[in-house]
Amino acid sequence: MKIMVAVKRVIDANVRVKVKADGTGVETANVKMAMNPFDEIAVEEAVRLKEKGIAEDVVAVSIGPAQAQDVLRTALAMGATRAVHVATDAPVEPLAVAKVLKAVAEREQPNLIVLGKQAIDDDSNQTGQMLAALLDWPQATFASQVEIAGETARVTREVDGGTQTLEMSLPAIVTTDLRLNEPRYASLPNVMKARKAPLDTLTVEELGIDITPRLKVLKVETPPPRPAGVMVGSVDELIARLRDEAKVL
Amino acid sequence: MTTLLIAEHDNRTLSGETDRALTAALALGEPVDVLVAGHGVDEIARQAATLSGVGKVLVADDAALTHGLAEPLSQLIVSLADSFSALVAPATAIGKDVMPRIAARLDVMQISDIIAVESATVFRRPIYAGSAIETVETTDSKRVVTVRTSAFDPAAREGSASIETVSVPALEVPARFVSENKSQSERPDLGAARVVVSGGRAFGSKEKFEELLTPLAEKLGAALGASRVAVDSGYAPNEIQVGQTGRVVAPELYIACGISGAIQHLAGMKNAKVIVAINQDAEAPIFKIADYGLVGDVFTLVPELTEKL
Repeated sequence: MKIMVAVKRVIDANVRVKVKADGTGVETANVKMAMNPFDEIAVEEAVRLKEKGIAEDVVAVSIGPAQAQDVLRTALAMGATRAVHVATDAPVEPLAVAKVLKAVAEREQPNLIVLGKQAIDDDSNQTGQMLAALLDWPQATFASQVEIAGETARVTREVDGGTQTLEMSLPAIVTTDLRLNEPRYASLPNVMKARKAPLDTLTVEELGIDITPRLKVLKVETPPPRPAGVMVGSVDELIARLRDEAKVL
Repeated sequence: MTTLLIAEHDNRTLSGETDRALTAALALGEPVDVLVAGHGVDEIARQAATLSGVGKVLVADDAALTHGLAEPLSQLIVSLADSFSALVAPATAIGKDVMPRIAARLDVMQISDIIAVESATVFRRPIYAGSAIETVETTDSKRVVTVRTSAFDPAAREGSASIETVSVPALEVPARFVSENKSQSERPDLGAARVVVSGGRAFGSKEKFEELLTPLAEKLGAALGASRVAVDSGYAPNEIQVGQTGRVVAPELYIACGISGAIQHLAGMKNAKVIVAINQDAEAPIFKIADYGLVGDVFTLVPELTEKL
């Protein structure tokens, strides 16, 4: 069985994001970048399925500029068996990413595609569902548990108010939620090996996909800060202020 | 043309998230029809018909729609899409699951999690866990939108819209429902609660989390929330995590107990009207956004607060 995993390079989750002074976006120059945390969970899940002998191949795919190869090398160091870089310097929206991933999936013929449920930059939460629609595959989003038995996936999903379990025939799409697993740190020898590993490279043009953005970003701004609060000295003062000042009790 | 709002429900009652998403749908400036898709949903259709400002309630009743699964629900909505210029749903677990599937079928780039409608084609939405707000204009002829419901007031329920049954195509159900495990709580739902009491790392155990916070939540008629650390440490169940990757809430009163205030958590609650923080560490970032801060030990302050309320 072959698993395809989609990975995105984003601003590191620990970096405090700053909006550019001209309001066109956020500062990315000289900012630490990393693999989207939900995609790390996706890679980890695929690698675990390989280690259990359920999958033989784990193909990581990333779309973006040359630097996208960094996160592909992270995926290889974690245990992915191959990496495909689809090169473009243009911005790509989830719909375009789904179209590119569909084209790659048609070449690779995976039995399962695992993606992070959302990227922590645009917070769109769309790509997996869109890819499932374009491929006409079943989807299990926000997964907290994945079991593969033969040609069937049983997935427990995090939904409002609890969890839901679905069962579906492969091929299928799974998107990962936070508690599916805890991604490993790649060992230094594996990181070194991944640095030299060959990557397959394609371009968006070769795949013949129109990635023209459909949304125009008119403005990016910092949300207004909350007015400064007050420190209270006791529970009694807190209750009095909530009752008389804030009037929420 | 008309906007179609997808109603959120559990086959028993219409969720209040629908009322809030309706306010966003009406702001697009066109008539709004509401789709109630499910199985045995006559009562929900009647509830939806009372929503003020709704033109028609469309009912799609089919066993395949019982669990709101993405494949049959998206197939149904795509079959109706020709008559609508915009498709709108609350950004709930179901809305987030199904709407992008519809958008891709229609070759439309979805606008996720909007917090404001500037015009029929211009929307504001948070990015980077709410560290920035972007204003986007869509160039697609049809719009597919999910709504961050905490950013909109609920529409009134004083209307009397007509109810129509729509014909449902033969639905495919490639993903089979096996089971669900939803917490049975007497307390209000996290997304709709007027007051949220939330706990973090400081409680140190599931037992203490429950023993100290449940009485406070009960006294206030509040929903219980938790930080990611509290959930990851097993003090609280997944479904009550508040934050970028959990639920986003904007209650009138949010009481953060023993929560330090990671960006991830703040993204889920910083739009609450009044924020109270109780924490041992006077330097904790939660105090920077709190309206009222109280430094001290949650093990003594939380029971004292519960008793004196």
